[in-house]
Amino acid sequence: MIYDVVILGGGPAGLAAAVEAKKEGAENVLILERDRELGGILNQCIHNGFGLHTFNEELTGPEYAERYIKQVIELKIPYLLDTMILDMTDKGDLKSIHVINEKDGYQIIESKAVILTMGCRERTSGAIGIPGYRPSGVFTAGTAQRFINMEGFMPGKEVVILGSGDIGLIMARRMTLEGAHVKAVCELMPYSNGLVRNIVQCLDDYDIPLKLSHTITFIHGKDRLEGVTLAKVDDKLKAIPGTEEYISCDTLLLSVGLIPENEITRNAGVEIDKRTNGSIVGELRQTSMPGVFACGNVVHVHDLVDFVSEEAVLAGKGAAKYIKGELDTNLTFTTINGDGIGYVVPQQVSMNNVEDNVTFYMRVRQVFKDKVVNAYIGDTLIATKKEKKLLPAEMVNFKIKKDILSKYSAGEIRFVVEEAKK
Amino acid sequence: MKKEMTCIVCPIGCQMTVEDNGDGTFDVTGNTCKRGSKYAFNEMTNPTRVIPTTVIIHNAMLPRLPVKTAEPIPKGQIFKAMAVINKVSVNAPIKTGDVVVKNLLGLGIDVVSTRTMEEY
Repeated sequence: MIYDVVILGGGPAGLAAAVEAKKEGAENVLILERDRELGGILNQCIHNGFGLHTFNEELTGPEYAERYIKQVIELKIPYLLDTMILDMTDKGDLKSIHVINEKDGYQIIESKAVILTMGCRERTSGAIGIPGYRPSGVFTAGTAQRFINMEGFMPGKEVVILGSGDIGLIMARRMTLEGAHVKAVCELMPYSNGLVRNIVQCLDDYDIPLKLSHTITFIHGKDRLEGVTLAKVDDKLKAIPGTEEYISCDTLLLSVGLIPENEITRNAGVEIDKRTNGSIVGELRQTSMPGVFACGNVVHVHDLVDFVSEEAVLAGKGAAKYIKGELDTNLTFTTINGDGIGYVVPQQVSMNNVEDNVTFYMRVRQVFKDKVVNAYIGDTLIATKKEKKLLPAEMVNFKIKKDILSKYSAGEIRFVVEEAKK
Repeated sequence: MKKEMTCIVCPIGCQMTVEDNGDGTFDVTGNTCKRGSKYAFNEMTNPTRVIPTTVIIHNAMLPRLPVKTAEPIPKGQIFKAMAVINKVSVNAPIKTGDVVVKNLLGLGIDVVSTRTMEEY
């Protein structure tokens, strides 16, 4: 059997993309998932705060996932669990997906279109190279989250957290609620990498100190972690001698960044953007390989699942259009990240596929106050996005109407952080 | 008396200034929606939080079931609430919204399941 759309990953992006592709007319849709259930990371994110944009109510991760899983079941979309995707190869009109699972062994699944929704994974202690020993007791924040929330194991009692990403902040509260003493959260940068609301409700509520411009310079303990040495860092992020401080702890959680999981994407030869570590995508999340789409954290790391779902709807629509032969491939615009902006997604726009507007997602490089993000085509200012505060931790969501973009026939859309005009 | 606070109702995180008028009313500025002023009023009078946590579940694929307080509970009661919730164990099957603890600490608020878990 040849599928219309095969979805590589049954997390939030994959679920929403599958539902949309099916609704838009793709008949045979299949979701592939390596875990034993659908829902992805949402299953371990038991905290509330999801769905305010999508459902206008505050849900926990599992509740948010269940809303989409329900739709997948109602639409009779089949899925394979416990199934590892080994590779994807391009045969022109068809893509071959090589998968393996216990029940069916190794098989090749063929599909007209593919949506990449593999998500991202956590940067580990190896990736950041902390000096010292390699005792047990050092976990990524997400691993500890899975242990506590799903498997029912408590990783330790005296905790230090390195990195102030949202998972780290959420875990500071979670471990405190379960009786651990979280001694400090240290962050290399002079600002937090997590959402402000998480600093308030996860750290401030429980008097957990957030040490900005701090890093860990040594890990102590040969079998089990015994403690860490912290130090202040200078403006070049180098530890300042003489500022070291020893904190005893049995557990160290790392919340030091997420990396889009693009091994399959790279092997297949899909073009990757060095800024996002995800594939280069268009307005309907089409990649450089015809018939291959991508959405969610595999494209760029989002801070809210609501925006993942929003992006997945685009990819679902795109894949459905592609199999119906309705996807336009003429490129109108490319996007450029100018001063103050780290990256922009989508990187390309084909105006013929645009319905009412295009939402450009981007991240600023540093904290800005009372500035705006301006969009230019050539020297012409085409749109402005006002934000009270621009933080690297909070993705900017810049919607530009089709009417405005349609005035220009082609070119580069450049996004820059500038002074607000008086 | 003026107090600065960050609204946590949604991820925008508005920086708000709350002026206590001393007569039970407050002037809130900096919020961008109605929910902000309500949050500020609650923070000044009776700060509350939803508690998401887990309970033991038997006969399911996983040994823990995620739950939450159906409504926010007073901040001062959080650890007392955890002590009660941590003594609870349930049996699969469980549906989202099933009550796991009724009338938690006499607050009139239930603890409910936040996912469906089939018998395994």
